[in-house]
Amino acid sequence: MGWRARVFVTPKQGVLDPQGKAVQQSLHTLGYPEVAEVRIGKFIELRLADVSRDSVETRVREMCDRLLANRVIENFSFTIDPENP
Amino acid sequence: MKWGVITFPGSLDDVQAAHVLEDLLGESVVRLWHKDTALDGLDCVVLPGGFSYGDYLRCGAMARFSPIMRAVGEFAAAGRVVIGICNGFQILCEAGLLPGALIRNRGLAFLCQSVHVRVEDADTLFTNRCRRGDVLEIPVKHGEGCYVADEETLHTLDAGRQIVLRYTDGEGRVTPEANPNGSLAAIAGIRSASGNVFGMMPHPEHACERLVGGEDGRKIFLSVIAAAGATAEPVAAKVVSGP
Repeated sequence: MGWRARVFVTPKQGVLDPQGKAVQQSLHTLGYPEVAEVRIGKFIELRLADVSRDSVETRVREMCDRLLANRVIENFSFTIDPENP
Repeated sequence: MKWGVITFPGSLDDVQAAHVLEDLLGESVVRLWHKDTALDGLDCVVLPGGFSYGDYLRCGAMARFSPIMRAVGEFAAAGRVVIGICNGFQILCEAGLLPGALIRNRGLAFLCQSVHVRVEDADTLFTNRCRRGDVLEIPVKHGEGCYVADEETLHTLDAGRQIVLRYTDGEGRVTPEANPNGSLAAIAGIRSASGNVFGMMPHPEHACERLVGGEDGRKIFLSVIAAAGATAEPVAAKVVSGP
């Protein structure tokens, strides 16, 4: 069974995000004063082949924990959808 | 003593570290490749600066899974000395051998400049040739040098005398201006709770010759050498007791 996992990695609340701050400034300059905060993270897309429905979520979570996110500074979430053959 | 200097794909300062140890300090150096798996017979291992694996994903995130890192973990657990400089510091944090993480500099810019760091503790394997409060002038060159950790970790670092170096001005004062990258509590270098693993963002290996602007960096390497001479193996045995 094939799957497409979409992983979102974001800086933890309280961790400095200077990129987000700079982008927020730029948006203000462009005339969007309503932007109260910008947090910049990562979007990672995985295509997974030959994994069962039962194990795919566990394995993706493990990948996030071990490599894709650094839990000291980042949180992660993900979605998993069956991939069209 | 016998040193190992690791080269990861993308390491830059491995040659300089080996040059300092071998040519300036007369030490015995073994050059190691990231695919090596043994550190037999070594007293200290250096993880040098650079951009291992192109800093992909996060600085040090890929390097920590290099084959040699398993050996480095065992080496550290056995009480032997591990030093991570800049990217090496980032790798040690990613590997969990040191607490916290290093993120993008507060000002976003890549920094390449001389900084001052104050010796917070001279009773360590890495600073015993300094006095507490000494100010060393050592260059930094990094884009991700902002040290962060949660409050509990910071408290543990403080209580365990694990903060070894702080960014200061030339007079040894901690000020916002003297903190080049926004590091938490102006932290420039920390050691493990066990005392034998050390990471610092500034580059002592680039401050060992008058020709390049100063020799303060020598004190770091000379401290490790002095500690090794003063104690039986493994050298970490002397300072693991804490305050």
